[in-house]
Amino acid sequence: MSEQQTSSRPAADTPKARADHRRGHSIFSGAVGRNLGLVAALLLLCLVGFLTGGDRFASLTNLMIILSLASAIGVLSIGMTFVITTGGIDLSVGSVVGLSTVWASTLATQNLADQYGWIVMVGCALLVGLAAGLVNGVVIAYGNVVAFIATLAMLVAARGLAELIANRRTQIVDVPSFDNTFQGNLVGVPKIVWIFVLVAVVGWFLLNRTTFGRRTVAVGGNPEAARLAGINVKRHLVYVYGLSGLAAGIAGVMMLARTGAGSSTTGMLWELEAIAAVVVGGTLLAGGRGTIVGTVIGALIFATLSNVFIINNLDSSVQAIAKGAIIVGAVLLQQRISAPRSS
Amino acid sequence: MVTEDPPALLLQMQGIVKTFPGARALDGVDLDVRPGEVHCLLGQNGAGKSTLIKVLAGAHQPTEGTILMDGEKIEIPHPVAALEHGVATMYQELDVVDGLTVAENIYLGHELASVGFTQRREATRRTRKLMERLGHPEISPHREVGTLSAAGKQVVSMARALSRDARVIVMDEPSAVLDSGEVDNLFRVVEELVEQGIAIVYISHRLEEIRRIGHRITVIKDGRTVGRNLDVASTPTDELIKLMTGKDVEYAFPERPGVPDDAPVRLEVADLSLAGVFSGVSLSVRAGEIVGLAGLVGSGRSEILETIYGARRAAGGTVALDGRRLRNGSVTAAVGAGIGLAPEERKSQGLVLDEPVYRNITLSTFARTARAGWLDERAERDAAKEQAVALDLRPPDVDRSIRTLSGGNQQKAMLARWLVHGCEVLLLDEPTRGVDVGARSEIYALVRRLADAGTAVLVVSSEIPEVLGLADRVLVISEGEVVHAGPADSIDEHQVLDMVMEGSAA
Repeated sequence: MSEQQTSSRPAADTPKARADHRRGHSIFSGAVGRNLGLVAALLLLCLVGFLTGGDRFASLTNLMIILSLASAIGVLSIGMTFVITTGGIDLSVGSVVGLSTVWASTLATQNLADQYGWIVMVGCALLVGLAAGLVNGVVIAYGNVVAFIATLAMLVAARGLAELIANRRTQIVDVPSFDNTFQGNLVGVPKIVWIFVLVAVVGWFLLNRTTFGRRTVAVGGNPEAARLAGINVKRHLVYVYGLSGLAAGIAGVMMLARTGAGSSTTGMLWELEAIAAVVVGGTLLAGGRGTIVGTVIGALIFATLSNVFIINNLDSSVQAIAKGAIIVGAVLLQQRISAPRSS
Repeated sequence: MVTEDPPALLLQMQGIVKTFPGARALDGVDLDVRPGEVHCLLGQNGAGKSTLIKVLAGAHQPTEGTILMDGEKIEIPHPVAALEHGVATMYQELDVVDGLTVAENIYLGHELASVGFTQRREATRRTRKLMERLGHPEISPHREVGTLSAAGKQVVSMARALSRDARVIVMDEPSAVLDSGEVDNLFRVVEELVEQGIAIVYISHRLEEIRRIGHRITVIKDGRTVGRNLDVASTPTDELIKLMTGKDVEYAFPERPGVPDDAPVRLEVADLSLAGVFSGVSLSVRAGEIVGLAGLVGSGRSEILETIYGARRAAGGTVALDGRRLRNGSVTAAVGAGIGLAPEERKSQGLVLDEPVYRNITLSTFARTARAGWLDERAERDAAKEQAVALDLRPPDVDRSIRTLSGGNQQKAMLARWLVHGCEVLLLDEPTRGVDVGARSEIYALVRRLADAGTAVLVVSSEIPEVLGLADRVLVISEGEVVHAGPADSIDEHQVLDMVMEGSAA
């Protein structure tokens, strides 16, 4: 009997299966098409920049300005990509950047850094970010608090703590070893841009080539299936939010280097910029699919946009409107390309 | 049921063709529905049933073909038009809104209103009438739909169809979410509707159900009508299966080679309990043995499996694998020790639908094949391909999205996951739900092969013949307690049903 069974007609031959298969392909080509679309959008922006700004836009110096501008938020966006791929959200990253710059630039930290080197400040910023992220993760995973609420609470609390520590004053960094290590250029490119590149490369490998990345996608794609396959979903969520916090700590170090000071107002509203970069990049807000390359291009698009507006001395309010339009346009395009999923 | 002078046709679909870019989903389907009949639509997964009902519901536009209502040609350009023509569709995923009341759901989209104010009292009155007509006067119009059982939601969905004066109600596998008591209720309602002259187009995999309530059958295969207006009473089962699959198939269970007495006990469950669901459940499964759990939905059978697996935290009792006690409430520990679960709801509990087949197969093992956290995708693909060939996965392409596979092949992928994992104990919850007739015997044969290789298998199914046919030993669960345990071949379906019913009556 089972012999006859095995010889039955392959399911692939049914018309529906063929249609499904085709749809599977269109999703795949959609992913490629979407990145092409992003690159095209970026090039278009550059063209607009060149036409309106001329040499002021198309210069190496300006390119470095754009990259520097994209760097800190870019790093946040890499961390955010992991969070959003799990189907979550991290609203606290901007505040955590502020908190980490403040904590890493207090007199006490700077004194220690004078004694033991810049590593103290960096370690402090990273630890603050990581700790905030882990708290988010524990509250979300083990406290069963919705990510939106848990990280909203952290947004408010971290900003408050930063104000308390800094006493609402800007803390100038006066640690030569820190400045020497993180300010200036390396092979003609600002060091903070190198950090962004490094974080992006590590992030890409982490998402696409490691068990951590596979778990992230599985947890976002179907948390229950991931759990029943033996993946410790709660623990993984803690790690992912910890990673996002760590990214915020790294961004804090970059901001200390770029501005030369720690302030509780650093990173204000950056969580929204990071989320925008991730979503425009093509990572699904619903979870289950994430793209580091898309996120990087998304961050570059927003940085270039700001740059084009600044070069043309345009109102920043107009710029905000343009950003909003880009976000909606990108998401609409995303939905078109990735085809409606029928039941 | 067949009278001398059959009533005029209510609904006719003639030569319906539906092409999608690159595929012909329907290739000439005919369907004739009389008023006051239960017309069963039968076909394997992928035969085109869903596409056909979507055409009828106005969700898809046919490429060719005509639809006639009362002999007059009609167009159904959108879902609201279908309702206007008197065709209502109940999809498998019931489209009720949990947060609204029964009455609000029924009049959703066509609220009774005067000058913008909803006529709540009138809606309540009419809802109460509809519920009486459907034989469920106990469902209050003010009840929140989310608090109703799946069966209750179906009644609401049917009431909504009636509130729009539907003359044809299409039901897509309505019994899939119901237990046998609720199915009886559903059938009673269906019979009452039919008596009132409403036609039901009934889609189901389950031939036994069709025998119980169907009048005529249309069989479709590969987008074509292959059996037209067959009389339920006079068409033998094997002929139906032959039409559906295109070849002779029997609903066959593999042979039971018998478990040797000295086979070691793999899984030992002692006095396991879960607050409010079941208590004092003890069972053991030996290597090479298939043990079946029979019981109604809500008897606690799925929960027993999930608790053994650690997906629920037991209130008391122990689970031991090869004598080693497992940590309570930890799936990771259970999987690590060598237990696998193929869950009841494959799509929502088992698979990551957007991921390729091979990643679903290696979802429990990718960390094991990885080196220091780095994935070895080639090893994963190879392992998945090996199982795809061994299990005759169709198509054998492991890189395509698992969403595109049929139910039976998705189930095979679930089994493949645990084969790659090499587990010693396999827990199967409704292994053939959503699996069409042709693929069922394959799943059965596969499970038996696993057992023959030394795996201990614990299987839960709401289809009692399946449990009796597949298992070596059967435990009957009623009200969260084991009421009978014994060899599967020394008990029949009626005895099991008696025990189950008695338990629930007590």
